Amino acid sequence: MANNKSYESMNRGVIHVDESPIPLERWRQYLPNWLKRFLPVRGGRAEDHHGKAIFGFTVFLLSESIVFLSFIFTYVGLRLTHSKNWLPPGISGPELSIFVIINTVILLSSSFVIQPAENALKHHQLNKFRWLWLITICMGTYFLISQGIEWKNLDFGLSTGLVGSTFYVLTGFHGLHVLTGVILQITMLVRSFRQGNYEKGHFGVSATTLFWHFVDIIWVFLFSLLYLW
Amino acid sequence: MTTHDSIDTTPQNDPENNWRHYFSFSTDHKVIGVQYMVMTFIFFLIGGLLAMLIRAELITPASNVVDRPLYNGLFTLHGTIMIFLWIIPFNAGISNYLVPLMIGARDMAFPLLNAISFWILPPSGLLLISSFLLPNGTAQSGWWSYPPISLQIPPGQPINGEFIWIVSIVLIGISSIMGAVNFVTTIFWMRAPGMTFFRMPVFVWSVLSAQLLQLVNLPSLTGALILLLFDLNFGTQFFKPLENGDPIIYQHLFWFYSHPAVYIMALPAFGIFAEVLPAFSRNPLFGYRSLAVASLGIAVVSIFVWVHHMFTSATPGWMRMLFMVTSMLVAVPTGVKAFGWTATIWKSKLHLETPMLFAMGGAAMFLLGGVTGVMLAAVPFDIHVHNTYFIVGHFHYIVFNTITMAIFAAIYFWFPKITGRMYAEGWGKVHFWLTFIGANLTFFPMLPLGLQGMVRRISSYDPRYQGWNILASLGGFLLGVSVLPFIANIVGSLLYGQRASNNPWLATGLEWTTTSPPPRDNFEEIPVVKRPPYDYGDPKYSVIEPHDYHQQEN
Repeated sequence: MANNKSYESMNRGVIHVDESPIPLERWRQYLPNWLKRFLPVRGGRAEDHHGKAIFGFTVFLLSESIVFLSFIFTYVGLRLTHSKNWLPPGISGPELSIFVIINTVILLSSSFVIQPAENALKHHQLNKFRWLWLITICMGTYFLISQGIEWKNLDFGLSTGLVGSTFYVLTGFHGLHVLTGVILQITMLVRSFRQGNYEKGHFGVSATTLFWHFVDIIWVFLFSLLYLW
Repeated sequence: MTTHDSIDTTPQNDPENNWRHYFSFSTDHKVIGVQYMVMTFIFFLIGGLLAMLIRAELITPASNVVDRPLYNGLFTLHGTIMIFLWIIPFNAGISNYLVPLMIGARDMAFPLLNAISFWILPPSGLLLISSFLLPNGTAQSGWWSYPPISLQIPPGQPINGEFIWIVSIVLIGISSIMGAVNFVTTIFWMRAPGMTFFRMPVFVWSVLSAQLLQLVNLPSLTGALILLLFDLNFGTQFFKPLENGDPIIYQHLFWFYSHPAVYIMALPAFGIFAEVLPAFSRNPLFGYRSLAVASLGIAVVSIFVWVHHMFTSATPGWMRMLFMVTSMLVAVPTGVKAFGWTATIWKSKLHLETPMLFAMGGAAMFLLGGVTGVMLAAVPFDIHVHNTYFIVGHFHYIVFNTITMAIFAAIYFWFPKITGRMYAEGWGKVHFWLTFIGANLTFFPMLPLGLQGMVRRISSYDPRYQGWNILASLGGFLLGVSVLPFIANIVGSLLYGQRASNNPWLATGLEWTTTSPPPRDNFEEIPVVKRPPYDYGDPKYSVIEPHDYHQQEN
């Protein structure tokens, strides 16, 4: 563009231009190591598809935990403000039976099965991965079936007062997540048989593992609130 | 960096810009951005039509244009469409287009997810609008959808307007969360070498803050709506006060999302101001670092202010005090931003092209919107004007006079980049003045109306309110007229506009270093960033002279 005006009269002064080589981002040095691994150095890491996808999935899980938090907030709020009418006459609420405890133990220990499975895949031990993965699937399925039986035997339904509403919606929403996790696990298992070199891109396995841990942690809170309170 | 490359192919003949592209499941973030923007603009027109029906009803004190159930449906869907199908998705669209370009990425982090999150929207929007055709009409409980009002449905009607409303909002929420995951990952992982956080444009900072808010807050709305759906159709009792439920809990969950929603809408608009104002005043952005951090500050503070919508909902006194303080605290980072814009254009030679007009108009109107907001944060005042037209005036000053102005500024500012054509300046100025006058004429009368006590969401009112209402209605129709030159301008310029150069405004920023429109992969080679943003003191960026900026040099 032909421009004969002097720019000094128009602009208020020349800015110091930082032409130095790329500086490190100072704020990273104050972060803990696990968070440093999670956050890339300064862009230019777009080719790390696995790290990127895991980051995105973790962010999604953080987001989804808020849905559960809103349910838990509702439950606690209703329970605190309506303690008198919490249980309709003749209803005892969810019972802490031995089956529930066994179920909880099974679900929580499945976290300690699925993590070695993922590590085995990282170390290319495909057979070990498949066996541990299968055990996890069985544990998740056991949880679902056992919870279904428990639902069937309870003496209250979805519309039986506040206790029914909260119990069924909270456990049902969690159960939906367990079901999703089991379906994901079955998908990954089938995929591990169908793909040749499965060790390469196992983002699905990592994501499923994360998701499973998430579901377990949620269950700890739900179990404490629904059965132990 | 060359600033003037002529484009060989016209946008119509360019296979990249084939119109069929925009109706396909494309994973190109630029195509998705344009899809978002065009679709949301159509919804904006629909929402504006509903608003004009509302204003037509309110010209006379009597209820004589539409019957009351339909009026309830009108304001409910007007609010819902304007929030969930215009501003938030439009911000997602403009962010989609610009963020990868601004940070020097080839595409978003998850292109397929990006496409999915767009294609969820049109069906949901159509579902929402089609609920007008149901036998009992659409949802009628306002965009808050407070129980127990929203649970009053005719018996034996499982598929009713409220049900459709909840389903479509949940779907739109899922789409937004997908988009938010995508944006946060993109900004953290896809930056070009050397693009540190404090070299990102403020727009990118704003988008990051807004999308973090979506991640943290939007699920609470989803949760609330799922519980509401159970109450509505499956006989649970969460929010039914007659059956031991507690509707206040719904309000908490709802406003825990819907107050930050305002900032999800406003932050990208602030980012647009920060991009447009330096470019047309040829000044570096004043206090770049503070403005960037202020975006995050606004986001963080806004998470903790939701109860100020519930000062009259039997909220305990300590909570009122607490949230009064936090609500007023929001004014601090927001004030940082406003003074930053003011100081940017201070003592500079302004080049009043249309984007600059819209940006300055929006920033000026934000003053009134923000000040009325601080007034409302005070509990005694809020108790006086709660649920009156003062509230309506206040948030329309924010959502229309600030955010929609910023959106128009963004459309005009990046139009040459998106299309490779220059819009018609004269029609742009006509559009601006019609919008500016119409908006103030519409929304200013609402403030005195509210102070005098006119309640919102009513179709008939006391005759003493009629004077202001006539003014507001005239302004509303003027706003309706004001989009006509805009549409004509955009369509005409798209077909017959002058060819735009790569950097018609001589602005800084990576998006101007590539061609207009950008190629599929955005950059021939990924740039290495060595400079801070808003480098307008540099000799390289000479002064814009009017009628000079779109001339080609070959």
